[in-house]
Amino acid sequence: MDFLERLFGRRKPTSKIIAKERLRLVLVHDRASISPQVLDSLKEDMLDVISNYMEIDRRGTEVTLNSDKESVALIANIPVIGVVGRNKRGVRI
Amino acid sequence: MGEVIVVTSGKGGVGKTTTTANISTGLASMGKKVVMIDTDIGLRNLDVVMGLENRIVYDLVDVARGDCRLRQALIKDKRFENLCLLPAAQTKDKTAVQPEQMRELCEKLKKEFEYVIIDCPAGIEMGFKNATAGAERALVVTTPEISAVRDADRIIGLLEAAELPNPLLIVNRIRPTMVKKGDMMDIDDMIDILAIDLLGVVPEDESIVVSTNKGEPAVLDMKSMAGQAYRNISRRITGEDVPLISMESEDGFLSKIKKFFGIQR
Repeated sequence: MDFLERLFGRRKPTSKIIAKERLRLVLVHDRASISPQVLDSLKEDMLDVISNYMEIDRRGTEVTLNSDKESVALIANIPVIGVVGRNKRGVRI
Repeated sequence: MGEVIVVTSGKGGVGKTTTTANISTGLASMGKKVVMIDTDIGLRNLDVVMGLENRIVYDLVDVARGDCRLRQALIKDKRFENLCLLPAAQTKDKTAVQPEQMRELCEKLKKEFEYVIIDCPAGIEMGFKNATAGAERALVVTTPEISAVRDADRIIGLLEAAELPNPLLIVNRIRPTMVKKGDMMDIDDMIDILAIDLLGVVPEDESIVVSTNKGEPAVLDMKSMAGQAYRNISRRITGEDVPLISMESEDGFLSKIKKFFGIQR
């Protein structure tokens, strides 16, 4: 049972895992000296620029910092609805 | 020429003063000539942890101002002839000491002592700058908590900026049973996150409270697990190779833990 629960990931993560994940995230921001507010205004500016070219889902957009041992990356996940000036099937309107 | 080592952490209450007292006493018990400097002006505590609070006449600020000679301010330990304490001032102006003065002081002391161990205050302000100014090596103390590890990360960055690269980590107050349950970060987690080398691990141990109550460092208590951990750390500071045994092991977890800290029972 224990094995099955673990297999299907139903078991809650241990508090150590939660601690590690929270710590990693907070350190990414600390190390990059970027506060969540700065990241938020960066996201807004980026979306404004992209909106000139594409129709995007602003609400579904996620901008995060991610790090591995060596480097920090800015990762943006921006759902595209369409291209400005064209309909869904790509026909100029 | 001696070596100047600063004990730091960023966050308060993780065991800097206890660590300073224990490794200094540990080194002294090995016959080394050691001096401790308490740089926590206004919140001095190394004197009480060492049980030397009744012997203070002059302090660090008196020395910095030139109100007394260095020799007059050094307090001899009760137990070891070769161990001294330069206490912090408790009531004087915090800004009385400058990094340049600390550098000069460390230069003088390392001519006479094999180890100069500096107890750094919590925080990253003036006290931290003073404590690190004359240091050649840094030890970072942390506990397995998010807040302490986060502050340790910041301190490691500041040490690198202050040209004190490659600090060594001491993980304090680890609870093996909680680690086993997955409710406490283990040593590998912390090394992985902080990316510095490990000097030693000190278990949570009630004997620390008892020894602090008495003003007798636990490193001298042969039955104390924390004391054994500090003895190992002291030996590693002198360059001796004292192995760390991995905590991750299938057979006999508790006996492994005891072995890890070098306790034979």
